[in-house]
Amino acid sequence: MTDRTPSGTRDVLPEEMRELRALSERVRAVFERAGYGEVYTPALEYERTFARDGLQMASPYRLFDEHGDVLVLRSDMTIPIARLVGSRYATTPPPLRFSYFAHAYRGVRPQRGQSREFLQAGVELIGAPGAVGTAEAVTVLCDALDAAGLANFRVGVGDVTLFPALLASLGIEPLQAETIISELASGDYVGVERELGRLRLSDADARLLLRVPRIRGGAEVLADLDGPLQDAGAGMQELLDLLAPRVAQRVIFDFGLVRSLGYYTGAVFQVYDPAYGLPLGNGGRYDGLLAEYGRPLPAVGFALNVERVHIALRGEERSGG
Amino acid sequence: MADPVAQPPLRIAVPRGALFTDTLDLLDRIDIDTRQVRENDRKLLFEEAGIITMRPSDVPTYVEAGAADIGITGKDVLMEQSEREVYELADLGYGRCEMVVASQAGEDPTIDALTRLGVVRIATKYPRIATDHFLATGRQAEIVEVKGSVELAPLTGLVDAIVDLTATGTTLRENNLVVREEIAVCTARLIANPVADKLKAAAIDALISRMAG
Repeated sequence: MTDRTPSGTRDVLPEEMRELRALSERVRAVFERAGYGEVYTPALEYERTFARDGLQMASPYRLFDEHGDVLVLRSDMTIPIARLVGSRYATTPPPLRFSYFAHAYRGVRPQRGQSREFLQAGVELIGAPGAVGTAEAVTVLCDALDAAGLANFRVGVGDVTLFPALLASLGIEPLQAETIISELASGDYVGVERELGRLRLSDADARLLLRVPRIRGGAEVLADLDGPLQDAGAGMQELLDLLAPRVAQRVIFDFGLVRSLGYYTGAVFQVYDPAYGLPLGNGGRYDGLLAEYGRPLPAVGFALNVERVHIALRGEERSGG
Repeated sequence: MADPVAQPPLRIAVPRGALFTDTLDLLDRIDIDTRQVRENDRKLLFEEAGIITMRPSDVPTYVEAGAADIGITGKDVLMEQSEREVYELADLGYGRCEMVVASQAGEDPTIDALTRLGVVRIATKYPRIATDHFLATGRQAEIVEVKGSVELAPLTGLVDAIVDLTATGTTLRENNLVVREEIAVCTARLIANPVADKLKAAAIDALISRMAG
């Protein structure tokens, strides 16, 4: 019998490895130039590091050490870096800038570009609040994707607080709001409409709640926002004004981005390329997370899935993009 | 870099089978030319109209991977493949069917099986929907997945009941089966690839509003 790799994992042979290394090096140069020093943390962490309040982040891979402590394979690098900042940079004045190239582990359904072990390239910017910090992260992200060689990528920018705030402002109870948000997070707009139909909303409110998550596009979508959307639009406009034209032209404002990871508190990003059907990476602000690890600082970061960026690069090359 | 405003046309995954004609009629109404698709039974890819045709259960696969930007398929398919990362954008209303539990007419054998054996045997082409339904209603079920005519399974004693899709109930009646429970009403749905939904937003929004109008 031939031995296989575990489900959702795979081998990389020299030709692919050369391309992945070259791609990573191009991205690494951008991170270094922007002042993001590379760190490495263990692939194994104590489960309690990942089991913070409200986070359901631990990967399904668990084991015990000789003391009976539960260890997990990290499911991302943001939490290990939050831990590292709390312990190793407990008094260093912010801002702190870190980058990483590291494998993370999740229990996904294996398919193309969906591995259970995947290489992430990312940065964390710690102690840089608000739109200025977010703009720096989006800029590094776009420069990294440019350096990677992608011609047609876009970065979707949303705000996880936007839709919940809108629901609350219309007097929708938290439990009902949660149901609506979870339908939206799973991309089920028919379900959103069904759930809204169960509430006694005015026609205008129901129409607004159906329309808002479908608002997505360039700067033009910020132009004609009114009423309850004005604040959200102003926040996005503030970010847009901080971006250089080369970055701004890559941005898609997306009012339907509700959540991806549990710890996001404000702006969130997703990376798209027409040559690939799934997002190539994501990121966002996590202003509450560092406090869990003893250093209450606002922070923002992103992670690119290197394998997916590679698939998209090949896709662009082959379609003449 | 490409012009950010220019949007390439959409590629649409169209289901062959029960939803085929209604889907083509809908596309005709929104000015997508389906003549070639109607005239050609064997061809699968119609580049000019931006249409690809396939089994309904393959539509989420193509759309999730981005091989099609949008697609049309039944809610039954989406329920069975609930792990697919696709957006469900609109209920198109046609192709109405019900997902039901059915067993032989007369005394319901599922009640006897649950009482005396503690578990009921169910044949279905929808193992996930059947599993979820019996789990949600607090009954233990042994799911037998079949590929062909599900109606045969209870008649031969293979199972106590079936979970299947029915439009008119004719096939059930002809096989002496009666509906015991309704699980869900299923209609045709418009789905989209999440990346295409962002990058081709204007084209997709225009298509939805033409479909609604």
